Amino acid sequence: MLLGKVIGTLTPCVVYKGLEGVPMLLVQPLDKNQNPTGNTIVAADSTRMAGTDELIYYEGGREAAMALETTFVPVDATIIGIVDDVKLDNEEVE
Amino acid sequence: MILGRISGLIVSTINHEFYDNKRLLLVDRLTVEGKPTGKYIIAIDSVGAGAGETVLIIDEGNSARQIVEDSTAPLRSIIVGIVDQTTIQSFQ
Repeated sequence: MLLGKVIGTLTPCVVYKGLEGVPMLLVQPLDKNQNPTGNTIVAADSTRMAGTDELIYYEGGREAAMALETTFVPVDATIIGIVDDVKLDNEEVE
Repeated sequence: MILGRISGLIVSTINHEFYDNKRLLLVDRLTVEGKPTGKYIIAIDSVGAGAGETVLIIDEGNSARQIVEDSTAPLRSIIVGIVDQTTIQSFQ
């Protein structure tokens, strides 16, 4: 899984069978210091609770579909959870 | 399997139900010499690994699901070992 930031939502008008009602969000992948890296992706949201500007983690590949309610659907990336905090070991404790 | 070094912890309350009560660790990917490659991976833990430790990670779904004994888990990356030492016999 990798970190990402939700930068927007996407509303499809026609989707493949099984993907009806699944929220689609625009996600900017991040490195571990939360700097943007790579191209923006569209991810389905298994939490159904992620919103714009939130830090999330997502999974790609076969596991992306398995995280959704209908588990055999054509998706590339799925948001697995919303991040409350990232604690890096090299950070000073406040 | 790949080598990694634990560099942080992810705290998350809203997540897929499979990840409830699972510890998410942020792991730097390493080269064979033990240097960070700049890439990272977020994995769950099956061995009780801690901060700064060099670990062995499986980054493949079916093997990971076999370890957690849940064939429907949306899981790919899992820490399966703690590395004491690596010895490179020949390096070109």
